[in-house]
Amino acid sequence: MDISRMDDLVAQALAGDRRAIARLISTVEQGGAEARQVLSRIYPHTGRAHIVGITGAPGTGKSTLVAELAKAYRKQNLSVGIVAVDPTSPFSGGAILGDRIRMRDLATDPNIFIRSMATRGSLGGLARATADAAHVLDAAGYAVILVETVGAGQSEVDIARMAHTTLVIQMPASGDEIQAIKAGILEIADIIVVNKADLPGADQAVAALEAMLDLNSGHTEWHHGRLFQIEGVLAGGDQVKHSWRPPVLKTCALRGEGIEELVQAIAAHLQYQRESGLHQQREHDRAAEQLQRILRYTLLEQLLERIPKHALQETVEHIVAREQDPYSAAEALIAQARLLS
Amino acid sequence: MVRERKIRVLIAKPGLDGHDRGAKVVARALRDAGMEVIYTGLRQTPEMIAQAALQEDVDVVGLSILSGAHMTLVPRVMDLLKQMGLEHVAVFVGGIIPDEDVPALRCLGVKGIYGPGTALSDIVQAIRQEVEGRE
Ligand SMILES: Nc1nc2c(ncn2[C@@H]2O[C@H](COP(=O)(O)OP(=O)(O)OP(=O)(O)O)[C@@H](O)[C@H]2O)c(=O)[nH]1
Ligand SMILES: [Mg+2]
Repeated sequence: MDISRMDDLVAQALAGDRRAIARLISTVEQGGAEARQVLSRIYPHTGRAHIVGITGAPGTGKSTLVAELAKAYRKQNLSVGIVAVDPTSPFSGGAILGDRIRMRDLATDPNIFIRSMATRGSLGGLARATADAAHVLDAAGYAVILVETVGAGQSEVDIARMAHTTLVIQMPASGDEIQAIKAGILEIADIIVVNKADLPGADQAVAALEAMLDLNSGHTEWHHGRLFQIEGVLAGGDQVKHSWRPPVLKTCALRGEGIEELVQAIAAHLQYQRESGLHQQREHDRAAEQLQRILRYTLLEQLLERIPKHALQETVEHIVAREQDPYSAAEALIAQARLLS
Repeated sequence: MVRERKIRVLIAKPGLDGHDRGAKVVARALRDAGMEVIYTGLRQTPEMIAQAALQEDVDVVGLSILSGAHMTLVPRVMDLLKQMGLEHVAVFVGGIIPDEDVPALRCLGVKGIYGPGTALSDIVQAIRQEVEGRE
């Protein structure tokens, strides 16, 4: 893509042109230099949307709930962007992206934009470019962005880092499902939803979750600052202490029940974050982590460009043979690259 | 870093006919061939299909039509795609299409027409050729 074509696309997307938005999402999904150019152009226009993550085990009703939330936001006259992630098959590299099936009613609303995304090998419930796709929608002016994860049910800090508000969806079920909740999912939840409340066992599920939250609050602070791993000076000032206890709500997405309450809870969480300073804190942490990641990646690329390939390979062999240790080997390579520059 | 471009395909079922077994079989075959398949389910209107094609930035739209309404549905979808500036999207039609309708559909710009019993590998290959031939 040449630069003037890219500038045109960006201008069109910022003005809300849906074809341009779709194209730019493909570009950022593709990665590489073009993606970085697009992202740096749209960055000044991001930061306005409220990003809501929706995660939970497969089949808990995430897509159905996303569709109901979108309808509720449309009633408030807010525009809605949706990014729905499904897994890429590790065998073929292909994917079937089926979340739109549950979003049929939204398909022709000009103020809703739905994009399906395959994980393309990335783990943790999101694709590498999910946040970037959300940024494109944010820049294009969508007020609320709903991000549905794959729902592996574990290690989903990625969504909690990216979203302002994270919903963890559960459904009434057996004892093992309640076990699965313990594996870190409570720590990322800002709001817990027991969907399929029309099925038996919903109240028990709510009670079990409340009990678990009580246990948790005894010895951990609700401390989303820890979601990010940021080094030294980038980490900035004091972490805001906070006391948000995730509410546990019941919904029946299939019949649209409990949605208003959920929308209110999401709004309350946003307001809480603003008032407590947590919003600022998370914005800071997110930016710091992103900068750190880009610095790391860029420095490594530059360094690797300067060191001859055979030197790298030889060093690896030396390390394997215990002739050199990896720590001084790295220092020597860096010193050598600096001399070459 | 490998930056191979994935072929994205929308599989849609316009009209009111009841089952989507055939569409699902095709969707799985395309996935197994490494493509990303957006599957939208039953009873899609031409407007829904065109909008989905736009938002998902697909290379190909596959329409599965068993109801006999292809001569109204296909022109409508093609028309909407054109209006949205998506004339580059290749449209394929699968289902029960009488021979005498084939030339008319071809004239509309449909790239491939597949009846029951078509080998899945033929569809995969036709899509690959169409998309890769364009780049
Ligand atoms: N009984 C009942 N069924 C529901 C409810 N919400 C969703 N479902 C059904 O649960 C099934 C899965 O719903 P989805 O919305 O596709 O769930 P999901 O979590 O997005 O699924 P994946 O994306 O595959 O992980 C569908 O058959 C829905 O109709 C509900 O409130 N009650
Ligand atoms: Mg889903």
